[in-house]
Amino acid sequence: MSATYDEVVAKYDPVLGLEVHVELNTNSKMFCSCTTTFGAEPNTQTCPVCLALPGALPVVNEKAIESTIKIGLALNCSIAPFSRFARKNYFYPDMPKNFQISQYDEPICVDGFVDVEIETDEGPKQFRVEIERVHMEEDTGKSLHVGGATGRIHGAEYSLLDYNRAGIPLVEIVTKIVPGTGKYAPEVARAYVAELRDILRGLGVSDVKMEQGSLRCDANVSLKPMGSEVLGTRSETKNVNSLRSVERAVRGEMIRHADLLNEGKKVKQETRHFQEDTGLTRSGRSKEQAEDYRYFPEPDLIPVAPDAAWIEELRKTLPERPSIRRKRLKEEWAVPDKEMAAMINADVLDIVEATVLLGCDPTKARTWWLGEISRIANEKDVAIAELSITPADVAEVVSLIASGELTDKLARQVIEGIIGGEGNAKQVIDKRGIKVVNNDDELIAAIERACAAQPETAEKVRNGHIPAAGALIGAVMKDTKGQADAAKVRELLLGHLGQSGN
Amino acid sequence: MINKTAAEMADALSKGETTSLALTQAHLDRISAVDSKVKAFLHVDKEGALAQAASVDAKRAKGEKLSPLAGIPLALKDVLAQKGVPTTAGSKILQGWRPPYDSTVAAKLKAAGVVIVGKTNMDEFAMGSSTENSGFGPTFNPWDLTRTPGGSSGGSAAAVSSFQTPLAIGSDTGGSIRQPAALTGIVGVRPTYGAVSRYGLIAYSSSLDQAGPFGRTVLDTALLHEVIAGHDAHDATSINADVPAVVAAAKSGDVKGLKIGVIKQLQGEGYQKGVQTRFDESLKLLASLGAEIVEVDCPNFEYALAAYYLIAPSEASSNLARFDAMRYGLRVGDKDGASAEAVMNITRDAGFGREVKRRIILGTYALSSGYYDAYYGSAQKIRTLIIEDYAKAFAKADVLVSPTAPTTAYKIGEKVDDPMAMYLGDVATIPVNLAGICGMSLPAGLAEEDGLPVGFQIMAPAMQDQRLYQVGAALEAALNSKWGAPILSNAPSLGGAA
Amino acid sequence: MSSLSRDDVAKLAALARIEMTEAELIELSSQFGMILDAVARVQDVNLDGVKPTSHPQPMLNITRPDVVAPSLSPEDALSGAPAQEDQRFRVPQILGEAE
Ligand SMILES: [Zn+2]
Repeated sequence: MSATYDEVVAKYDPVLGLEVHVELNTNSKMFCSCTTTFGAEPNTQTCPVCLALPGALPVVNEKAIESTIKIGLALNCSIAPFSRFARKNYFYPDMPKNFQISQYDEPICVDGFVDVEIETDEGPKQFRVEIERVHMEEDTGKSLHVGGATGRIHGAEYSLLDYNRAGIPLVEIVTKIVPGTGKYAPEVARAYVAELRDILRGLGVSDVKMEQGSLRCDANVSLKPMGSEVLGTRSETKNVNSLRSVERAVRGEMIRHADLLNEGKKVKQETRHFQEDTGLTRSGRSKEQAEDYRYFPEPDLIPVAPDAAWIEELRKTLPERPSIRRKRLKEEWAVPDKEMAAMINADVLDIVEATVLLGCDPTKARTWWLGEISRIANEKDVAIAELSITPADVAEVVSLIASGELTDKLARQVIEGIIGGEGNAKQVIDKRGIKVVNNDDELIAAIERACAAQPETAEKVRNGHIPAAGALIGAVMKDTKGQADAAKVRELLLGHLGQSGN
Repeated sequence: MINKTAAEMADALSKGETTSLALTQAHLDRISAVDSKVKAFLHVDKEGALAQAASVDAKRAKGEKLSPLAGIPLALKDVLAQKGVPTTAGSKILQGWRPPYDSTVAAKLKAAGVVIVGKTNMDEFAMGSSTENSGFGPTFNPWDLTRTPGGSSGGSAAAVSSFQTPLAIGSDTGGSIRQPAALTGIVGVRPTYGAVSRYGLIAYSSSLDQAGPFGRTVLDTALLHEVIAGHDAHDATSINADVPAVVAAAKSGDVKGLKIGVIKQLQGEGYQKGVQTRFDESLKLLASLGAEIVEVDCPNFEYALAAYYLIAPSEASSNLARFDAMRYGLRVGDKDGASAEAVMNITRDAGFGREVKRRIILGTYALSSGYYDAYYGSAQKIRTLIIEDYAKAFAKADVLVSPTAPTTAYKIGEKVDDPMAMYLGDVATIPVNLAGICGMSLPAGLAEEDGLPVGFQIMAPAMQDQRLYQVGAALEAALNSKWGAPILSNAPSLGGAA
Repeated sequence: MSSLSRDDVAKLAALARIEMTEAELIELSSQFGMILDAVARVQDVNLDGVKPTSHPQPMLNITRPDVVAPSLSPEDALSGAPAQEDQRFRVPQILGEAE
């Protein structure tokens, strides 16, 4: 019988540790000049270096060093004045050299922190996640397992290797152990990864697409009995590839550990793999003995000793911290909590801010991006950023509404036109012949036609039954192809039928 | 023609007295005649060589400006990748591999119009001092076919000393150019670490490896040195500086007023009598030319051999991990559902020779957790002490000298079952590699007791490679006049038309 | 006198991915005592305060610009492959999980 989550956290105190691997978005690989474009044909992006052909040598990508230092600075780390690459030796077919060039005891960034805020029973609460180190390394190739069940490694007859990904720059961000999160451990883990993702995106150093694997999280979890000072045995869950999964994986491991401990069993120190479908983890192949990586300084590379002045220059280029920026925008725009969350979830904060910076009213900007434009994006099943509509387009549409040149309804047509590739707002208006009908004579003529067509309804209105006017207004709007201002039509109609002033 | 020096051949080519095609064909004929005895080559690229020769001749006919060594045949140690040409590093694990790229050294040679006639035999992955550790059988010393030519660049040294090519490229991790040069009576230089790109040089020990030139004269060696040296962006350890003026130094050869330091620790006990005699004679010759001979003390050299046999195997254990039967080279045991891991294990056992396995195991041990500090870590500190010993010695002397090897060429099979005896042969050459400086071996005469060549080693500080050539040229001239002819003229003809 | 037992050598051989025969294991363990004694001489020196040298040349910060250069053609990349399929390297079944 499995313990409930409440029972687990009543009895045990969880201790977290998170290792995040981020693929940098450099043009070329970490140690060679092959391109890093995602999704290319297999083995079209390889060279003697990343295939580990005999004799080939690595040379460090300077942009990767710059990006890593920026990450370190954004995570409040110290940048080491002297750091080095090291070889991590182990055999695996997806790793061409059978060692990974990484960093060991001399990483480039150390001792930072990230503050995250989560909702608790007592309201919003901040947790500090301390960063132990940030270091550079390289990604492995990809293997395709053939034969056996559903392409899984177990039972496969053979494997096919594609080394396009081998050598893509990776940055590993390792936290210190995170104690004291109590029952909020899963939320803290999720909030940390989310904050990290936002920080990295803000820095522009990675695509941070968890689903494509450009941001991957390993979650270490252990439990200690309440009040105990002794850390429990930890498990390391790999393969956690969405924010939701981070939360689920931590919660799942806490329950699994508690069940073992409650039965008097021991937690095994092992690597586990998160199963997206079940939300559970399964054991990786346990090794008879701990792997001995035989780290030693990489003799083919020269130590990295970043210049202090350069570090300060990079520090100046850092963007505002995402959490601080969110707070600021929320206040400046006077956005309710729920709406703010909606914008963050829909990932429209940047684009709304850009629109506001063009002079657009924040509420209107938000409403258009989050409403009509999001709807169209959903319909087309693409990201908002991929639509061919810009903040300038939206700002213009909003200003055309304010000046009475567009109605809300017409504006939707214009937006649709812009997204459909018909040009900017003015061009769509021209092409489609969209205009607000404000000419009284034209409207009176349409009103007369409507009253003539529905004499009984017109009579009701004349007799003071105002709600009946709706049908006539509708007819006029139809007659004018929606280009009339409905409020204006109503005013004229009521006047026409002797109900002015009502 | 083939008995001439490379400089003389280049002169004949530029004067139109011969063509590169004729010169190349003459050397190919010599290879056909004698290499069945010497076994210097693992692969002869007849077609490639003749095509390059023809192309150089055509350029010359058009009056294009050519590099000094354009059209001259050369033998390339099989440790260097050459595009489309079999490259094995002397190992069965790479049998049949044809690199899809050129090493920087091969690219520079081609660009200079040098004619690469083939790939030479070597101790597997450059691990050895006798070329007996080749996966494809030993090379034989042209002076005495029952003896080794030294190693690991034994094929290259034997090719040059048996007049199969006037020039060759070797690589030197612990003496693998200088020691075979000494044992075959030719000139060999290990340039400063970082002076010649390691890109495409199949790594044995990354922090010690360095490719370098072989020639029959100091000038020839300098001409080749200039072709292959220089900064390369593909090698992060490559030095970004002008190539020292080695050709000019080889042409001047003046040692007047130069201070020459004799390293106390690298002579006397353990050195064969005839080796020591020729070394002492050479010192006298240098003194007679106006050099000042001083003695220097390098106390930590005593530990150099131990440090080397930790650092090199450690780096090698990692460098050789890539030979795993997955992407290239040999694959053994891929049947009956064997796993990738099993195939790797079986292939590496079948593909690597005894010495390579011995060093991989030693290196794996020295790097393993719990032993790192005691072995690899300590060895790196010894390296610091050796660098300091050199710094003190070079404060007293412009160049340092010693015999290149403690003995002349030994019999094939003599030390093959005694790794420690074999390792001791590197005692005088290893300190140069640990400190990353440059060294030359040049023939100092024949040992009286066995009539075999003796090598004289000159060492200079990093990026002062020109001093090697300056002293080497002076000594060479003095020795030639003392003996009345180049030392190599005493070598047997091997029955080929020489 | 240092030594490595047959089992020690077997462990190292497994770590180095070399399937050694019994004869090889025994030969190597018999040679290792002598070799280890020789290399252990590095411990005879007082090395307190001595910095390790991993690069003979004192260089720093050698990098390349983040510029793409052409890769090998897939034909060249796979030219040495012992086996291939669908433009990929074909390898025997892999046990265990990727790192
Ligand atoms: Zn590449």
